[in-house]
This record gives sequence, structure tokens and C-alpha cells, in this order.
Amino acid sequence: MTFWPGNYWWHWLFYAAVIIVFVLLMVMGAIYFERRGLGRMQSRLGPNRTGPFGLLQPVADAVKVLLKENLVPDKADKLVHWLAPVVAFAPVLMIFAVIPFQNGALLADLNIGILFIVAVSSVATIGVFMAGWGSSNKYSLLGAMRNVAAVVSYEMPLALSVVATVLVAGTMSMNGIVQGQTIPYILLQPLGFLIFFAAGCAEINRSPFDLMEADQELVAGFHTEYSGMKFAMFYLVEYAEAIAISAIITTLFLSGWKGPWLTPWLWFIIKVFVVFFLMIWTRATFPRVRIDQLMAFAWKFLFPLALINLFVTAAQVLVWPDGLPWYVIFINFAIMGILILAWSKLFKLGLGRSEV
Amino acid sequence: MTTTEMMTLKTEPFVLNFGPVHPSTHGVYRMRATLDGEVILDIEPVVGYLHRGIEKLAEERTFSGFIPLTDRLDYISPMSNNLAYCLAVEKLAGIKIPERGEYLRVIMAELQRLANHCVAVGSFLNDCGAYYTPFMYTFREREKIVDLFDMVCGQRLTYNYMRIGGVSQDIPEEFLPALKKLVKQLARFIEEYERLLKQNEILLARTKGVGILSRETAINCGISGPVARASGVAWDLRKADSYSVYDRFQFDIPVGEAGDSYDRYRVRIEEMRQSLRIIEQAMKDVPGGPVRAELPHLIRPPRGEAYGHLEAPKGELGFYIVSDGSIAPYRCHIRPTSLINLSALREMVKGWKVADLIAIFGSIDITMGEVDR
Repeated sequence: MTFWPGNYWWHWLFYAAVIIVFVLLMVMGAIYFERRGLGRMQSRLGPNRTGPFGLLQPVADAVKVLLKENLVPDKADKLVHWLAPVVAFAPVLMIFAVIPFQNGALLADLNIGILFIVAVSSVATIGVFMAGWGSSNKYSLLGAMRNVAAVVSYEMPLALSVVATVLVAGTMSMNGIVQGQTIPYILLQPLGFLIFFAAGCAEINRSPFDLMEADQELVAGFHTEYSGMKFAMFYLVEYAEAIAISAIITTLFLSGWKGPWLTPWLWFIIKVFVVFFLMIWTRATFPRVRIDQLMAFAWKFLFPLALINLFVTAAQVLVWPDGLPWYVIFINFAIMGILILAWSKLFKLGLGRSEV
Repeated sequence: MTTTEMMTLKTEPFVLNFGPVHPSTHGVYRMRATLDGEVILDIEPVVGYLHRGIEKLAEERTFSGFIPLTDRLDYISPMSNNLAYCLAVEKLAGIKIPERGEYLRVIMAELQRLANHCVAVGSFLNDCGAYYTPFMYTFREREKIVDLFDMVCGQRLTYNYMRIGGVSQDIPEEFLPALKKLVKQLARFIEEYERLLKQNEILLARTKGVGILSRETAINCGISGPVARASGVAWDLRKADSYSVYDRFQFDIPVGEAGDSYDRYRVRIEEMRQSLRIIEQAMKDVPGGPVRAELPHLIRPPRGEAYGHLEAPKGELGFYIVSDGSIAPYRCHIRPTSLINLSALREMVKGWKVADLIAIFGSIDITMGEVDR
């Protein structure tokens, strides 16, 4: 093991600090990256006034939002309203505990690392629902309800696509999965990657599944009634989750810290930003789906595809128990193409008018 | 308690206020929506937050003094408002407009239609949840049109360009070359909007078959403009009751079939192409001569009444003017396109989801300045 400073407790302290600093810095980078990227795609400049190229914009944002007054609605459930941002933020930080920044450089190399992530990541939903309920605002409540529905539904395809990857890797340890990737699993598991990406976007409410904030209809969704520091926490959660999902995708499908020439942790960060760029790109392009279409997409489209993907992968692992040969790449891409085409023909997003 | 009783949760509808201050009510429109979860059972529109008494103000002003106020009606397309009012007064007073004035009016009105549809399409796609990209793209082109307006009248929002008997001033020399260049560019930009989202699966799912306005309802509610044409009513005042010099130009009336949100969006895009066609024909043969009829400073139309209307970008915009022979209208009534088009909203949104309410509302394309006057 490289990167093993001192004894057990020093290790914990060191990596806890690393994770917090990493998450905060990455969030600042992501905010800048997203605002500039969106600006470029929308034929405008984006923030460019604070510091060189507007690099200090996240700092300015943070200072501004910290100085804002903290407003709590009169009818709000004060304790729940206060606790919600914390409950939402803690699990996101916990995800990073098992993500390897380079070989062996992680807080805890759990042998059930990916299971830990799947378990912990859904806890943030409770925070969001607390925010929606505690604000005693109908917009917030609608947004929170949508979020719970979305997360519960999208956990399924997300977990199933993870299981397929675990089958290929033969281990649940995040570090082990990276070490096992002689070829990135995005090539062996293209369908799994797409399902994970779509379901991940839905879980963390990135466009086109950003229904819980849906600013056109729900003003700001679950954090309509938040301001000041507490709003900043939700803002932080939002981007930390996006970074977390990008980091998980990087680890599971893009061979994590592996890469030629550069130092491993740099590769890791570059890959995280590449995945994050995909999210910015979809956000700048796609309209938003409706709640019933969101559900239909999870249960009628992603879930069956994830199941089939799991079966196909399991069969392949049975046939080639000593690791998948390279030509499986072509087989799997062909399977992905056929399945997606077939399902697109069979399945249309619902129309969803109810008789009144 | 039986099993079925235990299984069925007791639910009750609740009322949610959209507006008057809300990000996507396009101003200060307010809807009291009764919701069953996400499903809309009923909406109750509340208007009047932007009422400024413009009809009454008309009685306090001279005939030409009212023109700047018409800018403030539908502030997305002031040129059309100017023109509609001038048409009404000219009809009342029997004024003949010089050829060059007529051509300039047509060019400005069609440019205004382009600018308005840019805003309409952009904000509609934004209401569907496309995060500001179409909005920024269409505003980029609107900006160029606004620059042209700035060139002819020195204003960017409230143009006050039309006058009774013509237009306020002749176009500068650089206007026609700039217009030619813009027309060439615009055709390409419309293609760009099309490429961005025309066949997008999510957009189709969100708008196709959503918010259907039947032909009968459209006619019964007096709906006009692109909203009516998307429902299959081929009613365009430029052809049905031709005004100015529109009878000299070749253009088609795009008509939709289903009357859903998607058709309304398609009809607007198609209308932009037709407007470009009209402008291309008009700028080829702009005649010389004066742009404004010789009229006294204070116009005193004879006793009587007149109704002048035109095909504004949003639909039929009409001014009904009664004159008692003095320098000010005795009564001025405005037929607001937006308000009348809004009257069908309730029928269109019933049974749809909250997200559809916003998308359908956006597809009607209203301006609150005109709804409340």
C-alpha cells in the first residue's frame, strides 16, 4: 500500500481532511466549470468579472450567500427545517470515503465498498424530504415528493447496473474494481454505463430529470424556503452529489485513477470532470421530463434493460470465468444497440392525461 | 375496516397559487390551481395586477398622442400595436398612406413578428424545461432585429414608430443593406433552432398530444393567431381581411392539425419562415417618395366609429375607436389578443400535470401588458 501515513487514527484524520478539502475544492471547480460551460453552450460568456477568467466566482458566490439573512418561515417545523441540510450533506461526504483517488489512497478500502455507496447515497433523500416537509410550503412539498418517488424508482436500475459491473470485476471493493480494469468497463459494460449515468442523473436531480427543483413550475422546489447558509448547504449538496456520481462512474466504468503519463490522482480528477461535463451538456440541451414520464422511464425502460444486462453479463462471466476476452466488447456494444433500438420502438413515454 | 378500505388512502385536493409572482407566468398572471397530487382538477385565472387603464388614458390624449401608449400594451411587439391603432384612426378619418410608408410598415410589422416568435418559441421551450439554451439562442436573433429597429427609430423596446398617415421618419441609408444581411442570416438561425430540439424525444413526449385545443373550442372562444391556426383554423387577417399592402405579397398560412402544444410551436417556426418571405419580397421593391401623408398636427376625424384590426404576432389585435369630432377619441376599446387567447387555457389544462400547465401556458404566448391593459 502506498500512501499510508502512520497508524490507524492518523490515516483516518488525514483522509477525512483530504476528503473534505477535496469535495469543497471540487465543488468550487464544478460550479465554475458548469457556469462557464453553460455560458459557452448558450452563446454567452458566463461569469468573468471576479478574478482572472472569473475564477473567483465560486468564492464570491459563497461569501454572498453566507452573508445573507437566514429566513425561516413562520409555520415551518423549525427543528426539521434546520436539520435538513445537514442530513442531506453528511451522506454525500460519506460516499467519498470509499472512492480511491489513486491506488490504495482512500479512507476505508471496504470489501463491500460499492454496497456501502448504494446504501449511503439514498440517505440524502431523507434530508431533501425533511426540507420539503419542514418548510411547510406546497411547492417544497411537491418537489420533495417528486424526489422521493424518483430516488426510490431509480435505485433499482442503478443497483442492477452496479451488480453487473461487480460480476465482471469479481469484487465489491472500489479499489479492487479499479485494479481489475485492464480495459475500462465502459467498453465491457456500455449498456450498464448508460443506465448508471441516466439513473445517477435522476438520483441527484440533474437535468433532464431535475424535477424536484423544476424552477419553471415549482419555483425552487424543496429549497424554496431556504436562504443564507442553509441554502448554501443545499447548493453544496447538489454539486457534491454530482461530483460523487461522476467519481463513482469514473471508478466503476472509466478505470478510476489508471492512465498513462500523468499522476494517478490527476487522471482521476480529469475523468471526474469529463463525466461532469456530460451532465452539463445534457443540462444545456434537453427539456425536462414530466413526473409520470420519469417513473415510466425508470420502470419500463431502464429497469428491464438493467435486468437483461445483468443476465447477459452473468452468462458471459459463466462462459469465460477467467476474465472476459477483448471481443466481448463488440458483442456487448451490439447487444446494447439492439436492446435500445428495440425498446425505443416498443416503448413510448406516457401521455398521462387523467379524466377529471 | 375491510381490506380495500385500508388499502385506499384518503386524499383530498389542495389549492396551489401560481403567481402573481412566479418564474413562469410571464408577468403577473395568477392561477389558483386545484390539484389532486400532481393532476390539475381546475384552474381559476386571476388577472388585473398590471391594469393601467390604457383605454381610459386614450380619451385624455390626442389621437396621435395615444400612439406611445400602445407600445406598452404588448411590449414584445410594439410595432404591431402602433400599426393596429393607426389603421383604426386612418379608417375613421379616411387617410391615404403613401406607398413607401405602406412598405415600411409591412417590413416593420413582419420583423416584429419574427422578434415576437423568437421570444415565444424561446420562452416556450424554456417552460418545457430546456435550461435557457433555446431562450438564449432566440434572444440572440431578436437582438439583431431590435438593433434594426433602433436604427430606424432610436428605440429598442417602445418604438413609437408608426404615425397616423405613415411612419415617423424615413429609414436611414444603411437600413436596407443591414436588413438584407439579417434576412440571409435568419434563415440559417431558424434551422439552428430546429436542429436543437425539433425531434427531441423528450420535447415530443412533453408537447405532442398535450394541451389539445379543438377546432370548435378555438372558434367558440374567439382564439386567433398561431394558437388558432395550430388547431386547424386557417384564419389570418393578412389574407382574410387584407390591410396595408399585404395583398401584393406571396405567402402561405401554416396550419396545424392536432392543436397541441407541439403544433403551436411548429406553426410559429413556420410563420417565421413566411415572414422572411414577405420581407424578402417587400424590400426588393420599396418605392421612393414620402413616408407620411401630409396631415395637420391635430387630427379631428369626423363623428363616427371605426374598428381597425390586424394580424399581430399573437393573433387579431383590434382597436375600436369612437370619435365625437374633437381632437381626442371619445372612446377607445382594445381587443386584446392575449386575454382572449388565454380564455381557453382552463379547457386545455384540465387533467394534465403541473408541469404541463406551465408548458401549455407557455405555448399560448401571452404578454401581461396586453392582458391587463
